[in-house]
Amino acid sequence: MEALADFVNLYFLPGVAVGCIYALGAVGISLIFAILRFAHFAHGDVMTFGAYVAYSLVASLGWSVYLALPIAIIAAAFLGVAVDRLAYKPFRKSPGIIVVIASFGVMLVVRSLIQLIWGVDVLNYETGIRKPIELFGGFRIAQKHIIIILVSVIIAAGLHWFLSRSRMGKAMRAMSDDADLARISGIDTERVVRWTWLIGGGLAAAAGVFAGINSKLHPSVGWDLLLPLFAAAILGGIGKPYGAIVGGLAIGIAQEVATYPWIADMPLVPPAYKNAVAFFVMVCMLIWRPTGLFRGRVL
Amino acid sequence: MDQQFLGLFMYALSLATMFGIYGVLCLGLNLQWGFAGLFNAGIAGFFAVGAYTTAILTSPESPHYLGGFGWPPILAMPVAMLLSGLIAWPVGRICLGLKGDYLAMATIGISEIIRLVLKNEDWLANGTMGISTVPRPFESLGQPWGNVAFLAFVLVVMLIVYVALERAWISPWGRTMRAIRDNELAAAAIGKDVVRFRLEAFVIGAAVMGLGGALSAMYFKFIGASATEPLLTTFLVWVMLIIGGSGNNRGALLGAGLVWFIWSGTELLTNRLPAEWITRSSYMRALLIGVLLIVVLQRFAKGILPERPPRRIDR
Repeated sequence: MEALADFVNLYFLPGVAVGCIYALGAVGISLIFAILRFAHFAHGDVMTFGAYVAYSLVASLGWSVYLALPIAIIAAAFLGVAVDRLAYKPFRKSPGIIVVIASFGVMLVVRSLIQLIWGVDVLNYETGIRKPIELFGGFRIAQKHIIIILVSVIIAAGLHWFLSRSRMGKAMRAMSDDADLARISGIDTERVVRWTWLIGGGLAAAAGVFAGINSKLHPSVGWDLLLPLFAAAILGGIGKPYGAIVGGLAIGIAQEVATYPWIADMPLVPPAYKNAVAFFVMVCMLIWRPTGLFRGRVL
Repeated sequence: MDQQFLGLFMYALSLATMFGIYGVLCLGLNLQWGFAGLFNAGIAGFFAVGAYTTAILTSPESPHYLGGFGWPPILAMPVAMLLSGLIAWPVGRICLGLKGDYLAMATIGISEIIRLVLKNEDWLANGTMGISTVPRPFESLGQPWGNVAFLAFVLVVMLIVYVALERAWISPWGRTMRAIRDNELAAAAIGKDVVRFRLEAFVIGAAVMGLGGALSAMYFKFIGASATEPLLTTFLVWVMLIIGGSGNNRGALLGAGLVWFIWSGTELLTNRLPAEWITRSSYMRALLIGVLLIVVLQRFAKGILPERPPRRIDR
């Protein structure tokens, strides 16, 4: 029983929290891929941007980071739209891979702006350690993990409502199925694109802030997450937002659980190699089922 | 006065040597992107494999890491190429039948894994401390003639790669590569094995990048975990190729020279700024490179020297 409690407290629940962070980021990558047909490499840096906006509010106004979260989401949502207008719009008719190169440039621009504005020091939203909350029978969960998981569930529910019920969400799904067909049936595709960036950027900010809460804040916080995010998007089937949620959770839990001492006393995978777990999953999917668990699009 | 002249001379030598190293990297990327249209986002990884292989094979023995083989550099270079190519092979094998974005994501992945290994496995390459005893060919000639001889060596290597790629460009192999890049279905329909050709371009390109890494390790006499940072390899090389003109080997070299000249020139300028600005200015330079990449892609996608199709052969 004690061993089980340890496993859940130290590996599984932190894995769920990390999984929520990945899910929020991977949904954006998958949505952007569904609508615009390219892998957005600068997504990690949009996350970092959101995290630093929240930090500014925490540091200058003394806000709680959770209060700063909505502002960070709005700021990153508009960053997404602005980046699309300035950097990606001229490439709408070009082959997708050209836009990927452009997103490489955007990655460099956003990151160096972050370094210029906020510096390169490692920062924390709050100092001090908070006692984890006792559940039942020896199970404990850290406060930050509860909040990350709860807010992520709320965001995912909101996203589900948006995609399945709202007009814009339906237009989005239509465009993801067939962009040309959507256009000739009178859908304003540029408006759909704008909404895609608002949602993708906003979710990225939430992921970035949570990543900062979960460990620390530094300019490459988003870049370091890029590999697991892509792995999550591919696992769920790229272009499938619901798949990305499942993929994100699976990768997050797998990464943490892989460091459990399954055999003997050593961690199965050394903690420094957590990202290798994501890479391993990515490679397996590319070999056996590149469309992902949920039959994503385009090979 | 004499001293000042020597200083300038040494600076010019270092500029030219770096041009040679980046020229090799750029030619490698041109083979992958310019010839075959493959997006490699992990240049840093293949560069690091080449650099570390050279460092381990040529450096004297040390208790801290694998090494002490004391190989002559000229023998280490082919091994560096081979190893980079060997790592590229499975990645290409898995991804090249899929849409280009998958290769991009997988190359980011492999370079990240290489970075993790080099950073964490102290026994292999001294972790973050790096290897600082890499011998440089012609060192025994002293300054400045040793540097001149090494520069000549780098330029000869670059020239060999250039001539080989120029030959490849006009050969049936290069023509097939362009056909696959521009119309995969048509090329497959006339019986070309699309995945095999792409795999060849990807692996050979990665090997050339490994060669660039080998030259760089020898030149700096040091290789550390910072070498796996993508800014100075992946990003800079992409900018060089796009600005110079992808699909054109001369363009690749021109881009390498031009961008490196601008990059190190701005360093010269910013070093005159007050101290608190110097650290910031390096981010300004990265910003500049990013903006340059986007603007060139939007306005002058063909680069300074656009691609020229090989001459038609009339029967």
